[in-house]
Amino acid sequence: MAVDKTGAEKASGLKFKPMDQFEVVPWFGEAGDPVYWYTITNATVWLALAVLVVLGLMVLTTSKRAVVPGRGQSIAELMYGFVYKMVEDVTGKEGIKYFPYIMTLFMFILAANSLGLLPMSFTTTSQIAITAVLALGVFLTVTILGFVKNGASFLGLFWVASAPLPLRPVLAIIELISYFVRPVSHSIRLAGNMMAGHAVVKVFAGFAQVTAIAPVAILGVTAILGLEVLVAAIQAYVFTILTCVYLKDALHPHH
Amino acid sequence: MEGQLAHIGAGLAAIGSGVAAIGVGHVAGNFLAGALRNPSAAAGQTAMLFIGIAFAEALGIFSFLVALLLMFAV
Repeated sequence: MAVDKTGAEKASGLKFKPMDQFEVVPWFGEAGDPVYWYTITNATVWLALAVLVVLGLMVLTTSKRAVVPGRGQSIAELMYGFVYKMVEDVTGKEGIKYFPYIMTLFMFILAANSLGLLPMSFTTTSQIAITAVLALGVFLTVTILGFVKNGASFLGLFWVASAPLPLRPVLAIIELISYFVRPVSHSIRLAGNMMAGHAVVKVFAGFAQVTAIAPVAILGVTAILGLEVLVAAIQAYVFTILTCVYLKDALHPHH
Repeated sequence: MEGQLAHIGAGLAAIGSGVAAIGVGHVAGNFLAGALRNPSAAAGQTAMLFIGIAFAEALGIFSFLVALLLMFAV
């Protein structure tokens, strides 16, 4: 998303630059150099770190396979059980086959969201480019899976058989639109939530420039960061549970 | 002048966030009302609660996005 570098400057001299943190900055080379487009950026570094965190949590801690789990293994097992139960509850037994994909999505988004909370870090999930790829992946997977599993009867998803016959074409159009809006809302929900939260933190931090209200501003930043921890977890949960819902629609297209 | 109009538009778009807040409050409040009538059934429906909140909230995020676009991209 195009973001103005200067930000909004108030006449009173207060400087708010809440959008600067979302700028993708290449680490090497100047603008115009050929290397500029290929070098690693802060976004790729934090994406790689998210993958490393997931690997560390899920592989290193469980490699001992202790019968009595330690701290790390307990967390990994809790995560596994949590997502497994979510997939089983929403999609049913047939959905378990696709559990690895959903677990990967959940762990990656949770790690990326949580890493974004660190000071001076870059929130990768606040970039619509990144969440759009995740959401498009889900959308394509679910659509292709629906047609492979059900054939043409997957289109029954749009033909609401329980509705009165005159209403069905109208409902079909509405269902069709809502189906194709899914990847848009799926990606923008995650990116928008992360971006909004981090921008609010920066705006509160900007109020610390006024000495009189600086203590209140710092308390506000602390409180909002506490809320952001909650939002980071809830948005990862919401993204995965919506994936489960879409998967259920693909496996059982009839209402 | 046009930049100022964009700022007014961004402020108007922020109304959408407030309306989405009403929607999220409706979902959560109705869930709580139902959960207090039948607490034993509440635990199984928390997933539906979060899905409902997510759908209501997404539209507020859309308006926030419009505000951001008006502030920084137009």
